Amino acid sequence: MNETSPSLPLQRPLFVTERTDNWWLGPTATGLGLLFFVAYLTWAAFQGVHFYVGPEDAPYYLSPLYSPWIQADWWPFSPAFLILWAPGGFRFTCYYYRKAYYRAFSLSPPGCAVGGRAHNYKGERVLFLFQNLHRFFLYLAVLFVFVLAYDAWLAFQFPDGWGIGAGSIVLTLNAVFLGAFTFGCNSLRHLVGGNVDCFSCVAFGRPRFKIWRIVTRFNEHHMEWAWISLFWVCFTDLYVRLVSMGIVGDLRIL
Amino acid sequence: MTDVTFRVFRGAGTQGGFEEYTVQLSEGMVVLDAVLDIQASQAGDLAVRWNCKAGKCGSCSAEVNGKPRLMCMTRMNTLPLDQPVTIEPMRSFPLIKDLVTDVKRNFEINKRVRPFKPKPRQADGTHRMMQYDIDRIQEFHKCIECFLCQDVCHVMRDHQKPDFIGPRFLIRLAALVMHPLDTENRLTELKDAFGIGYCNITKCCTEVCPENIKITDNAIIPLKERVAGNFYDPLAWLWRKARGKRPDTRPGTE
Ligand code: SF4
Ligand code: SF4
Ligand code: FES
Ligand code: FES
Repeated sequence: MNETSPSLPLQRPLFVTERTDNWWLGPTATGLGLLFFVAYLTWAAFQGVHFYVGPEDAPYYLSPLYSPWIQADWWPFSPAFLILWAPGGFRFTCYYYRKAYYRAFSLSPPGCAVGGRAHNYKGERVLFLFQNLHRFFLYLAVLFVFVLAYDAWLAFQFPDGWGIGAGSIVLTLNAVFLGAFTFGCNSLRHLVGGNVDCFSCVAFGRPRFKIWRIVTRFNEHHMEWAWISLFWVCFTDLYVRLVSMGIVGDLRIL
Repeated sequence: MTDVTFRVFRGAGTQGGFEEYTVQLSEGMVVLDAVLDIQASQAGDLAVRWNCKAGKCGSCSAEVNGKPRLMCMTRMNTLPLDQPVTIEPMRSFPLIKDLVTDVKRNFEINKRVRPFKPKPRQADGTHRMMQYDIDRIQEFHKCIECFLCQDVCHVMRDHQKPDFIGPRFLIRLAALVMHPLDTENRLTELKDAFGIGYCNITKCCTEVCPENIKITDNAIIPLKERVAGNFYDPLAWLWRKARGKRPDTRPGTE
């Protein structure tokens, strides 16, 4: 025997594991990805300018970070901050993002069967109890899907009439991706049918079961939609910003 | 045929370490074959538990290259063979000898879960339920009680929380809570005595489950949502007050 081991169950120190695969790659990429997008969103939210294209009273492209555009004289900061707390809170309390940052930043655990951070772990019992309020952010997020769908519709109404620009497509995809993310939410899945014990015993049991199944479809790819929609929101803002600054010209297709 | 080096944990009680063995690979070999080969030809006193060699009895759980797996379902050709293959007992349970651990703790937890208590039979002496009432819970009945999920869960592995019942028993609870005929109210103990709040939905249990049960998404998160609705949701609280209902009461048990 070339090694002695303390008694089982064996608690391993932080990052110690017998795993031979690149287990650290996933959480590292996740952590860097989250930092990158949060940094961009913060920067873009602070700008307070170049977030729309078109006349100020009727812009045809509006950045999703600033939508719905609240023109409040009493608000001294960028109007993005009147908006972003809601989608920000939605994502922060989302079950997928929770997994992502608990692994990447809290290191509890950094990987499966990899030693975690030694601390008095309470999980979501004490400090993180607020995660239970995720459903309230969902209610707001559903409204935002409609707001952004309306923005996408406006993105086809140019000052010279109806048309399609590259931006119209960018904004439309943004609404679609955010919809796919929102409609796969675990709290929505609970609300539409997950809370039912016996579908055949309740009113509208069969349609509820069917809706539950549809939400489940989206839910199975919730992680993918989380990343796609996050990327696309940033890209949409960037696109509107660059067109508004005159750095890129919007391609008019029709 | 290639020779492969194995680092196998040998020891009993609180003492132990790795020993190296070389095994000649043969076509279609799984890790359990190699271990039985070592036992037959090189280490007659090597303790290993197995029964079915078909991934159905849940006895041969161990950690292969640091990952909790069934030895009989881990094919050698899925492992990197240019480095030694590490085989350890499950690290979260007390060691009996070599690869055999004492999983008694799980049976004790199981006793804390109150058994299924069905509604009274209908007038014609039968219980009726529709297929779509039980679609959700059939998945949970695939569990083979290998306890790999209990082994990998960091709440038990790193933090040794005695009140947390662990993923295997959260799916058992989910199968009861979502059962169309069960009449027990189980959410209060789920929140308090069983400690569902310790789970931070980081999904290692789902990653290791050999039956591919979506433990986190289909059992734990729906249970967390039910707990949230019953204990942490002010709107649901008002709605219950208005109808004179109490939290955690199944229809027909008030
Ligand atoms: S998802 Fe929850 S129960 Fe499953 S391993 Fe992670 S903390 Fe444990
Ligand atoms: S849920 Fe899966 S991993 Fe856990 S004991 Fe059952 S079969 Fe094993
Ligand atoms: S769980 Fe991800 S948005 Fe609700
Ligand atoms: S021997 Fe039965 S599951 Fe492996």
